[in-house]
Amino acid sequence: MPEYETRVGMECHAELLTESKMFCGCRNEFGGEPNSRTCPVCLGLPGSLPVMNKKAVEHVVRTALALNCTISLHSIFHRKNYFYPDLPKGYQISQYGNTPIGTNGWLEIERADGTTKRIRITRVHLEEDTGKLIHSDGAGYSVVDYNRSGVPLMEIVTDFPPDIESAEEARLYAETLRSVLLYLQVSDGKMEQGSLRAEPNPSVRPVGSDTFGVKTELKNLNSFRSVQRGIEYEAKRQIEVIEGGGRVVQETRGWDDDKGVSFSQRSKEVEQEYRYFPEPDLIPLDFDVKWLDSLRESLPELPNEKKRRLAEQYGLPASDAAQLVLERETADFFEAAAKGAKDPKAIANWMLGDLARLANAESVPVHATQVTPGALAGMVGLIESGAITGKIAKSVLEEMVATGKTAAQVVEEKGLTVSGADEVAGIVANVVAANPDVVAKIKAGNDKSIGFLVGQVMKESKGRAKPDDVNRLLKDEIAKQ
Amino acid sequence: MALTREEVGRVAVLARLALTHDETDRLTHHLNDLLGQFAHLQELDTEDVPPTSHAVPVQATLREDVARPSLPREAVLANGPQVDPEAGGFIVPQVIGE
Ligand SMILES: [Zn+2]
Repeated sequence: MPEYETRVGMECHAELLTESKMFCGCRNEFGGEPNSRTCPVCLGLPGSLPVMNKKAVEHVVRTALALNCTISLHSIFHRKNYFYPDLPKGYQISQYGNTPIGTNGWLEIERADGTTKRIRITRVHLEEDTGKLIHSDGAGYSVVDYNRSGVPLMEIVTDFPPDIESAEEARLYAETLRSVLLYLQVSDGKMEQGSLRAEPNPSVRPVGSDTFGVKTELKNLNSFRSVQRGIEYEAKRQIEVIEGGGRVVQETRGWDDDKGVSFSQRSKEVEQEYRYFPEPDLIPLDFDVKWLDSLRESLPELPNEKKRRLAEQYGLPASDAAQLVLERETADFFEAAAKGAKDPKAIANWMLGDLARLANAESVPVHATQVTPGALAGMVGLIESGAITGKIAKSVLEEMVATGKTAAQVVEEKGLTVSGADEVAGIVANVVAANPDVVAKIKAGNDKSIGFLVGQVMKESKGRAKPDDVNRLLKDEIAKQ
Repeated sequence: MALTREEVGRVAVLARLALTHDETDRLTHHLNDLLGQFAHLQELDTEDVPPTSHAVPVQATLREDVARPSLPREAVLANGPQVDPEAGGFIVPQVIGE
């Protein structure tokens, strides 16, 4: 069997964070009673005319700038014609051809081994979302809800030939892109609610082949994990089809996350004819260079820049910095806690380790527990000054997450300060006296047995003894025997 | 470049139009007349003319992002030939997938 390689193109859609819809004043929200946010424009009633939302245009321009795109100074809209019940007008207003708002950009991803790669982006354009079909079991019909109809939607498409060469790179691309959208505050990035949708189109070919394989398009990927799993599955399936003497069919395939399989949804063998033409109801967008410059200047520090800065400024490993910058608030939390800290690396370790685990248990992001940046810095400070051990700190942090108290308060209330050397010496003496056989072994040269005595002392002191104290005092006490 | 009956039939399918045999004949004829007019226009030299999607040179007016009240749901659903009042939506033929 020849070796195969995977190539993945990515199409991502993001609903834009605006108050109102793309072409009308209906509220842009998630959920709510079906058909409670509609009007003649987003219902496609005759005689209604679209008027473009300035904020939505701005969001797309800012995203295109952040993705290093060229901005088309003259950008037009098109009608994409097709009949489907979730599309009341019989066409979707979109941007076709070579004048989308942004073209020829790129996004850099960082692999687990720290190497980076640029993923080229061919276009960033603005369109409108469709309504939503509700399938009721056994009713024999579907129901349409037009609340989502006309919600501003941004489409971001990677370039061809695809730069993404694995399922992991595809996941990293989607994660990095989401970070950028969150930093720009143009999307809420919620994949589980479908406000950010990643549609990869993987294909495989024997290594060394100079043509690309037939691609399939994957839908219903509701998390980054399913993006990676879906592509891994699909690449394997395609190889099996080819090895079995068959041919891969160009089609849309749904992803079933529970079963871990993809299934055929719609064949794309016959190219859809959308009969695009310029939207006569909308006037072209002409951008002012000065306006573009001001938007460019107002871009926030983006995840990749922030990652580099955090690593350098606080001496963090690249992998820690990469995790901290995924969400802007997490990075802000870190910087607030690390400001003036002796050991910023320790702050990062606690955030990405215990605090992340505790936050996860409460289903909130790491920056949204009851622990403030100052409180976390305070806790790390107590460890550094020797007031509590790292082991005690774990339970202190648990209490801080549960109650919102500071580390000092928790330590005070629970009497968790480190035992003094005198107290430890007493415990050591007791432990040595109670284990004469172990002491004899140590005296006979079996150094490893001391670990047992250390454990006993830590247990007696309930973890409050400093390991340095314990080791020193034990050696002294044994020498006396 | 003349349109064939088959091509006209395909366009009719895309537009969800059910044409009779006679209508297809008649429309094939009409459409070919129209294309003839365009062929005439094609004779013009447009080498230095940029593609134009809109005839009037005006700037797009953008709307401030402000939400306004939507239509009452009852009024919206009253337009539907078939509605499911419990689900609060328009009834359409069953669609699988998506
Ligand atoms: Zn509306």
